[in-house]
Amino acid sequence: MNKTQRLGEIIAEHQTREGPLMPILHDVQAEFGCVDADSEIYIAEALNLSRADVHGVVSFYHDFHQTADPRPEVQICRAESCKARGVEALMEDAQAAAGERVRLSTVYCLGLCSVGPNARIGDDLHARLDADRLKKLIETA
Amino acid sequence: MTLIRISDDALARACGADALAAAFEKKGCEVHRVSSWGMQWLEPLVEIDGKGFGPATPADVDAILDGSSDLAIGMIEDHPFIASQQRLTFARAGKTRPTSLEDYEATGGWSGLKRARNIGPERIIEEVLHSGLRGRGGAGFPAGIKWRTVAGAAGPQKYIVANADEGDSATFADRMVMEGDPYALIEGMAIAGEAVGADQGYVYLRSEYPDAIAKMNRALALCADIIAPFKCEVRVGAGAYVCGEETSLLNSLEGKRGEVRAKPPLPALEGLFGKPTVVNNILTLAAVPHILGEGGANDYESLGMGRSKGTMPIQLAGNIKHGGLYETAFGITLGELVNDIGGGTQSGRPVKAVQVGGPLGAYLHPDQFDIKFDYEEYTASEALIGHGGITVFDDTADMGGMARFAMEFCAAESCGKCTPCRIGSVRGVEIIDRMRAGRQRDTLEQQPQMHNTPKQDRSAEDEITLLADLCDVMKSSSLCALGGFTPYPVLSAMRHWPEDFSDNPQAVETALERVGQ
Repeated sequence: MNKTQRLGEIIAEHQTREGPLMPILHDVQAEFGCVDADSEIYIAEALNLSRADVHGVVSFYHDFHQTADPRPEVQICRAESCKARGVEALMEDAQAAAGERVRLSTVYCLGLCSVGPNARIGDDLHARLDADRLKKLIETA
Repeated sequence: MTLIRISDDALARACGADALAAAFEKKGCEVHRVSSWGMQWLEPLVEIDGKGFGPATPADVDAILDGSSDLAIGMIEDHPFIASQQRLTFARAGKTRPTSLEDYEATGGWSGLKRARNIGPERIIEEVLHSGLRGRGGAGFPAGIKWRTVAGAAGPQKYIVANADEGDSATFADRMVMEGDPYALIEGMAIAGEAVGADQGYVYLRSEYPDAIAKMNRALALCADIIAPFKCEVRVGAGAYVCGEETSLLNSLEGKRGEVRAKPPLPALEGLFGKPTVVNNILTLAAVPHILGEGGANDYESLGMGRSKGTMPIQLAGNIKHGGLYETAFGITLGELVNDIGGGTQSGRPVKAVQVGGPLGAYLHPDQFDIKFDYEEYTASEALIGHGGITVFDDTADMGGMARFAMEFCAAESCGKCTPCRIGSVRGVEIIDRMRAGRQRDTLEQQPQMHNTPKQDRSAEDEITLLADLCDVMKSSSLCALGGFTPYPVLSAMRHWPEDFSDNPQAVETALERVGQ
């Protein structure tokens, strides 16, 4: 199936819902790893929106990306509670372990605030991280 | 066969509950995955015949089964952390399987909805008003008044929106409701629908909570017939903190940029798609089934202090020994929460600061530990309860750095609609950086084309005055709480720990006095 067909399917699945744009963008992001310019044009046409409208939404939210990054992603929480539990001291080693191979990104709060520092890989959450455990997570991501 | 109960809450799973459950199953035990008791320092917590063992790993399985484990904490219900709570919203925590309809019904589930359908909209609203329930999202607006406004609004289509965009650090009570007792939230939404005449509900759930999304979807599919004709679905956020603000959330639900809307019009009159809409926090809605139970409103009203009625699920987090969920009536002091219940810091070092109310809440000093948990008392102390999250910091915390982070966070998460928040937060970061580096002007300011910048260097006192003045502008002229409350952590940190901002703490104090902060 080519990309346009798959886009068409995703749009058809949500088009009749109230406020269909966010669910569509989530599915497109999950399917292709990004919502690129071509997808924006296609979605805008299907929903009778301007491309600027769609691009405005895509660029507003942290979860949507305009280009795909094939590297594995490790999200590390760096909000207040994880800071209070020492996440900042782990960051230098984490960066070193990630190098260019893994994309480290910052997330503000995974809701596990009494057992931080915490990280998320895909839908898996990891708590009570120390330097060694975080390093291992990054290396096996 | 031994019956083992282990939580399948996201926190327990992140601490290894799945592997532990599998290890017990391998030994031939029957394992029930239940909601979490909220004693998070003990997760994963194993329960056998009411007795608890935690935090357990698969290596502890044999010892737990033969009774020789030193992880035993005795009867869970008698543990001081649990026994001293007054759990209404979290009455089922630790006791039921989250998506089991059988368990929910057996523990009084749906009785509030049934009663609500019998007594009709007017009396539902009357009882919610009588209970004194106030919005648990932070603003503390009386839920009954909001419902009455929506009920009185004209129009065939109205909506119930549950705000599950729980982005504040140190808060996880919404997550625990959705993962541990999803039907309580759904029942609360259905009751709200009954009260105001809405047949469609949306749960706006942040994407950082994958477990909650899965559980809510499963629960909604299973109970669709029970709540009919009320319909409800989950909509997933996309990583924008500001979407926890109700008007920004509504824009996001509509498929727009999550920018804040000016009020009025109130969402109660012109909300989702321009229709009358109830937007309530998860904890507000989850408290409703209890209130609508027989005599529930009276019970609720009898708890608490002043105008803060009922119970608040308080979340103890950060560098704290006994972190977790502590639901109790309003009126408890901060010192009791941090020292007596929380057991002080996890690191064993002295407490330096406590942030109450998430990233927008003030930092409180241990000198203020006698402050009582009450909306009005916190407001009077230039602080806020917010969503009830408490982050504890030990004496290694750098409060200047935390104040900088407050501004940095605001800059990263600002929706960009209003200037004080969008620009002010960036300028705030710059000023704090200059103060801490002892720099008097930025290189950019010294460029010849920057005609409007000051021609002479700023003194440390000038910088502090500038920061305090900036905070004042953000506080009074931002469109929503993100820009409006970001100054709270900054100013409180400056007030209590001036030495973390400048080599000359006296200058910080003088400058704060000068701008009246």
